[in-house]
Amino acid sequence: MIEVRNLTKRFGKTLILDGVNLFVDSGESVVIIGRSGGGKSVLLKHIIALLIPDSGEVVIDGENLCGLNERELIRVRNKFGMVFQGAALFDSMTVGENVAFPLRRARSCTEAQIEKKVAAALEMVELSGTEDKSPAELSGGMRKRVGLARAIIYEPEIVLYDEPTTGLDPVVSDSIDKLIMRVRDELKVTTIVVTHDMRSASRVGQRVLMLHDKKIYVTGTPEEIFSSKDPIVERFVKGISTNKDIHL
Amino acid sequence: MSFARRFFTDGMEGLGKATFLVKETVGSLIRLRFTWKDLLAEVYFIGVKSQSVVLVTGAFTGMVLCAQTYFQFHKVKMDNATLAVVSVSMCSELGPVLTALMVAGRVGASMAAHIGTMKVTEQIDALRTLATHPVDYLVVPRVLASLVSLPLLTAEAIFVGILAGYVVGVYLLGIDHAYIYYNMLKHTSALDVAVGLIKAFIFGGIIALTGCHKGLNCGGGAEGVGKATTEAVVYASITILISNFFLTLTLNQLFHIYD
Repeated sequence: MIEVRNLTKRFGKTLILDGVNLFVDSGESVVIIGRSGGGKSVLLKHIIALLIPDSGEVVIDGENLCGLNERELIRVRNKFGMVFQGAALFDSMTVGENVAFPLRRARSCTEAQIEKKVAAALEMVELSGTEDKSPAELSGGMRKRVGLARAIIYEPEIVLYDEPTTGLDPVVSDSIDKLIMRVRDELKVTTIVVTHDMRSASRVGQRVLMLHDKKIYVTGTPEEIFSSKDPIVERFVKGISTNKDIHL
Repeated sequence: MSFARRFFTDGMEGLGKATFLVKETVGSLIRLRFTWKDLLAEVYFIGVKSQSVVLVTGAFTGMVLCAQTYFQFHKVKMDNATLAVVSVSMCSELGPVLTALMVAGRVGASMAAHIGTMKVTEQIDALRTLATHPVDYLVVPRVLASLVSLPLLTAEAIFVGILAGYVVGVYLLGIDHAYIYYNMLKHTSALDVAVGLIKAFIFGGIIALTGCHKGLNCGGGAEGVGKATTEAVVYASITILISNFFLTLTLNQLFHIYD
């Protein structure tokens, strides 16, 4: 269970999030949409405590993350897997070493078990046999799949996706969406996806939240959001710009 | 005024961050929160791969020091003391300082660039999401490897420097080999070597901590990484030169070398 209470964040003098409240139940799949630079990724990074709020609280399974130090956060972060916008693969390692990394650090499995789990995780993301490749040899979509394999190999309870389909062609985006749904359904994980890809948002979310003007502006099922007559929501989901937007 | 205030606050903030990094690193070192594989990889990179640079530096420093000392000493008929000057200088000052400066240029820059690139490409955030403390994984193996490697590299530089000085003195300048060898042993004590190795150990810590600190706190983009790399080398070199002066005074007081 994830709860964000009255979260405020500034970078220098710029206010990014202003009193954001959010609740995500266990096993739920939530998509956060909003304009580029609107604070979606910042909110996601607060949920996994990569950023500390200026005020407000982030509570995971009843535990407030804001009072914990970096060492205590390691224990809480074991519940999370995160797929980054640029995949954030370790470029000094092979694909296999990247995926095996969390297991080797945890020292809880033998090498044989690790190899078996890496093969299974790569099979799940349809990248079997790529263990010895370097991240530089992979396409954008493949890198994101490897990032997902690395995020799910230790069976987290919550998986966060930061713009998983950005920069990918529609076919690869479709395969990533299917993968997110497959991971959600097979592993029964809580899923939070940050995206401004409306097709992706309508498919992977059971609930959609729209971040606008530094707050959660609206929340609802994908059907409710995509048929909304609210001018701000409608303009965003249909991708209609105004004269003001051209100058942004 | 505003520039001076910003310079001061930035400096204090940097010092504060560096202090926390040292505290976190020492805590992690004591609890052995690193893998031997990572440590050995860093020892190979810092120690083994730096040898060619350090050996060339040591050899040519010993050679030029020997030649220059001979040119001066020859005027006062003290040719036989030439290698003693080379030996003491190489052991307690030039060996550790020049080795550290060369390693700071090679290794400190590489550490800052590597960690800085990891930071701007979100690889450090990825480490944190994978329940790994960046200090345990990135800083501790580098600091420990640097602490181990610098004294060994310095010992090599000292040995090669003295040997090169001996070769130049005896075979090029024609000094009697028995006298300069005897005078070298007479005027160089084990404490001179110990002072050099202690300095090297401390310089090793300075190089690795500065490189890692600059990498972990680098700004965004290629410009940030470039700036962090430059600063890592400049700050490490300046810190080495300043601390060398105070180390010389302190170690002399401790061991009473020149009393």
